[in-house]
Amino acid sequence: MSLLRLRNLSVEFATTGGRFRAVDQVDLDVDKGDVLAIVGESGSGKSVSMLALMGLLPWTAKVTADEMIFDGHDLSKMSARARRKIVGKDLAMIFQEPMSSLNPCFTVGFQIREALRIHLGMDRKAAQARALELFDLVGIPDPEQRLKAFPHQMSGGMNQRVMIAMAISCNPKLLIADEPTTALDVTIQAQILDLLVRLRDETGMGLVLITHDMGVVAETAQRVSVHYAGQKVEEQPVRPLFRSPHHPYTSALLAALPERATDKRLPTIPGVVPGQFDRPQGCLFSPRCPYADDHCRKVPPAPRGPDLGLARCHYPLNTDERLAS
Amino acid sequence: MLRYVLSRFATFLPTFIGVTLISFAFIRVLPGDPIIVMAGERGMTQERYDELVVQFGFDRPILAQYWDYLTGVLQGDLGNSYVTKRPVWDEFFALFPATLELSICAMIFAVALGLPAGVIAAMNRGKFFDRTLMSTALVGYSMPIFWWALLLIIVFSGNLGWTPVSGRIDLLYYFDDVTGFMLIDSLISGQDGAFTSAVRHLILPTIVLGTIPLAVIARQTRSAMLEVLGEDYIRTARAKGLPPGRINGLHALRNALIPVITVIGLSVGTLLAGAILTETIFSWPGIGKWMVDSIFRRDYPVVQGGLLLIAVMVMVVNLTVDLLYGLINPKIRKR
Ligand SMILES: Nc1ncnc2c1ncn2[C@@H]1O[C@H](COP(=O)(O)OP(=O)(O)OP(=O)(O)O)[C@@H](O)[C@H]1O
Ligand code: SF4
Ligand SMILES: [Mg+2]
Repeated sequence: MSLLRLRNLSVEFATTGGRFRAVDQVDLDVDKGDVLAIVGESGSGKSVSMLALMGLLPWTAKVTADEMIFDGHDLSKMSARARRKIVGKDLAMIFQEPMSSLNPCFTVGFQIREALRIHLGMDRKAAQARALELFDLVGIPDPEQRLKAFPHQMSGGMNQRVMIAMAISCNPKLLIADEPTTALDVTIQAQILDLLVRLRDETGMGLVLITHDMGVVAETAQRVSVHYAGQKVEEQPVRPLFRSPHHPYTSALLAALPERATDKRLPTIPGVVPGQFDRPQGCLFSPRCPYADDHCRKVPPAPRGPDLGLARCHYPLNTDERLAS
Repeated sequence: MLRYVLSRFATFLPTFIGVTLISFAFIRVLPGDPIIVMAGERGMTQERYDELVVQFGFDRPILAQYWDYLTGVLQGDLGNSYVTKRPVWDEFFALFPATLELSICAMIFAVALGLPAGVIAAMNRGKFFDRTLMSTALVGYSMPIFWWALLLIIVFSGNLGWTPVSGRIDLLYYFDDVTGFMLIDSLISGQDGAFTSAVRHLILPTIVLGTIPLAVIARQTRSAMLEVLGEDYIRTARAKGLPPGRINGLHALRNALIPVITVIGLSVGTLLAGAILTETIFSWPGIGKWMVDSIFRRDYPVVQGGLLLIAVMVMVVNLTVDLLYGLINPKIRKR
């Protein structure tokens, strides 16, 4: 049984313009020690799906799922109180903006010890010792002094390390990292990613890495889930995905990678992710898809089989390779 | 932190001089001659009048009068009351505890009810409790003080007879001032029922004076909380699995307090203005009533001195608030 098993997860927001489906029938599985990357352009529902799992969405969001099973517990059927025993302990998350994700009124030490005391019932001394150990682990120099610092006294990279230390403080089984490096300098980005992968190796936790960056995916992930306009449109292990993407959207994302670009200009996918009011009737990618025909525009495609990367497409690409093998 | 404190103090002096100027000008702009008012219905001879004009220095140029006043003030001399001939300073400090006692009670009342009300409203945003509370606060805020006072007096003193209408304590009780605070002095005196009587006298003025700050604090707390609850660090706190009480009461409130404390500081000014009306209505022997009486008597030194001392108090409170900020929000402290 996998560590995380999501089936048919949907999230609808009540907005002034009516209901908006930000996540649409998403299935996901993550195993122990797995690194799953979730990729997709802005607005594709990557964050919302994971926030739904964590129970962190505002009250305007309606979350439905056939199964939302983490470590044997169905989170969707639990009381808020029971869920808090798991969230923050076995299931942890870090965010894009390390500077604003820490409370400016408390020292980082306080914020780390707090989690330890609440979940593990440690006393002050034990929590302090564990906090020192964690700072060491995530590579924060001079931990004793740093624990007394306030978030605004440290750099973004250091704050993200603090966030990671806090997230792994109770030895989580699954860590969700939502674009953990987007707000950081390029050199720091690589360090933070290395740190996350190293922690995965050392602790055996599962890791979900949300990112826009295909380069990051290639370096860190084992499996990739490609999302578009709230739907999962393809999922494959990392190598086959890069070699033979089945969904036209995945293929376009890969073509947008600088290394693959044949032109000097960085190619981007023309158009934008459809928002609340311009969702097309058939395939959500049809307005931007070079292969779209009338059938695509009318009939929404269902996911194909695992041999086609579960691609939500009427005319998957690279099917010949399957025939050849 | 030291530089922060010094920079706050640096703004103090110009404001102080400005206030002396305004208080000096204010009373002189009002029509009416203090000497005539003093003479009352008996009137006085022209010689006596001229003599007093010289004695009070009204014959000298207005700037010279201001200069005398300012140099006096800077040496700690606020002059003597024209009416009682006693130093303004002494009169002020004899009456000030009464005002302070009332203001402190009103503030405690406003903060003790306003903070939790604002927090609970924010947690129940848009629900029944929130709506009821916020419309009540709006009513409380816009209600004229004298009308609200009369309403309470009619119901609680008139119809129900629960509370007395005026003064600080029943005339039955007599004891010396020790602290000037009736609640404390009545306890010290050890007389049976004195303390209860003092409390009963305080209730209505406290409610009347505290109503506007209460409304302001509740609304500000609610909006500050709502803003803070949308912050990333609150999401982090929830992602840590902290219980809602801890998230709202510690992580959110600590940040929301920063704007709320400003409002509490600013309400002190409003409170002293409100004290003038409240004291007049409830015959509360404090500086509010003293100032009103002195304005009618055109008692220049008292009005000038009283205004100045009130202004200084407001300034000191605002300074304290600025320093409190530093304690609550570490970002300011370290700057
Ligand atoms: N609280 C909310 N109310 C209404 N709509 C929301 C809310 N939060 C997110 N959305 C919408 O849901 C959609 C998906 O948002 P989400 O944040 O999951 O995108 P994302 O894939 O994480 O994008 P990014 O890469 O920019 O982080 C977006 O169109 C967004 O506008
Ligand atoms: S279904 Fe049609 S429009 Fe949609 S991705 Fe496939 S080919 Fe393109
Ligand atoms: Mg996102």
